[in-house]
Formats: sequence, structure tokens, C-alpha cells
Amino acid sequence: MITTYLFYLLSFLAIMFGSMVVLSKNPVHSVLYLVLTFFTIAGHYVLLNAQFLAAVHVIVYAGAIMVLFLFVIMLLNLNKETEPHKSIWLKASAAVASGSLLVVLVGSLKGASTIQSINAFNPNIGLIENLGTTLFRDFLLPFEVSSILLLAAMVGAVMLGKKSIK
Amino acid sequence: MNSAIQVIPLEWYLLLSTVLFTIGVLGVLFRRNAIIIFMSIELMLNAVNLLLVAFSSFLSDSKGQVFVFFIMAVAAAEVAVGLAILMMVYRNTKSSDINTLNKLKW
Repeated sequence: MITTYLFYLLSFLAIMFGSMVVLSKNPVHSVLYLVLTFFTIAGHYVLLNAQFLAAVHVIVYAGAIMVLFLFVIMLLNLNKETEPHKSIWLKASAAVASGSLLVVLVGSLKGASTIQSINAFNPNIGLIENLGTTLFRDFLLPFEVSSILLLAAMVGAVMLGKKSIK
Repeated sequence: MNSAIQVIPLEWYLLLSTVLFTIGVLGVLFRRNAIIIFMSIELMLNAVNLLLVAFSSFLSDSKGQVFVFFIMAVAAAEVAVGLAILMMVYRNTKSSDINTLNKLKW
């Protein structure tokens, strides 16, 4: 029963903080709301018995990516409310377009209640042992390739960040 | 305590991820600040991650959670390169408004 209430609370908070990311004027407030959204999503992971993923999510997103965002905002000196405003028509059309997308997606999910799980429920799949076994048995090649991706991203970021490229 | 997937129907997770994804799409369409657009893209990635974890828990298959790891790695790479591009844009145009980037616009 408490799981249900926690689900509703976390969902409400996630949607509210997510909206505040988009709607708040100050970019620093947006980043802080996004951190709160990530914490609520980590709470969802814990409720879904994916504890290791919740820890990794908090470390990677709230700890690394968001700090990077905050650094860039401070470097660009965006911590004042100097954003140029779109015209009211563009804002209205954006709202209508995303609302239509929401309606279409929700309408396409109508038959989802008939999905049946073919496997017996196993509460331990989110633990490190099972995840590591799957990662290094079935996904060894993508794991190695992702290291090359991270190396390429690092080299690219350094190249782009240099003062002048000949 | 039970796992949430045993007491919450799967449709609620589908609905929650859809709403979060749509908020991300709204942010991309609604804002002009390039950093906020990046954050909206992160929000969309997280909606998809949440849905992958929900299905992985529902089907008792850990492959979905391994996919989430890969999405996190790709998101980290994307943010590093994207923010570097953003710094470059700011250095050249002194603005983070995407409407100044209209050289390729028809």
C-alpha cells in the first residue's frame, strides 16, 4: 500500500519539477529543478527494485552531468533573466503541438493493459550480480564500443573547447 | 515491501513516461535558450530510461536495465560534446539564443 502512495507522490513530483524546468525563467533554477526531477526518477528506480541503477543514475546525472550544466551556465553568465522572448504565436503553437503529441501517444497506448509477462517475477534482477552477468555475457561488444564512444566524445570536447583551431 | 511493478499497473508507467517525454518536447519547442533545450533533451532521455526500467522489471529481464546503462553513457558523451559546441557558439555570437544560429536556415 505504501508503495502505491510513494508511486503517486513521486510521479506527481516528477511531473511538477519537469514542468518547472521548462517554465522557470532563470536557467539556474531550471538546472536545480532538473536535479530534483532526476532524484524523483531515482526514487522510481528504487521502487522498481533497480537499486544499483538508482545509485548510478544519481551519480552520473545529478553528480556529473548537472554539475557540467551549472559550470557552463556560470561560464556563459546566464544567471540573470535576460532571455529573449518568443512571440505569443510561437509559444501557443508549441503548446498545441506538444499537447497533440501527448494525445496521440496516450491514444496509442490503449491496448497496453493486455500485455502479459511471460517470465515469473524475480525481485533480484536489479542487483549488481545479475546486471554484471548480463552486461559481460550478452553485451560485451557494445560495452567495449561504448568506451570508444566516450574516448571520441572526450577528444571532440577538448578539440571544440580549444581557443582557436588552425 | 513489494516491488512497485507488482502493485502498480504497467499503464501508469507508460503514462508517466509519456507525460515526461512530452514535457521535454514542449521544452524544446517552447524555449530559445540552447541550454534549456539541452536539459529538455535530458528529460526526454530520462523518460525513456524510466520506461525501459519499468518494462525490465515487469518482464523480469535485466537486459532493459543494461540498455539504460548504455543510454547513460551516450547521454554523457552527448552532453560533453554538446556543451562544448555551446561554449563555441557563445564565444562567436555572445549569445545562447538559438535564433542567432540561422546561417543554415532556408
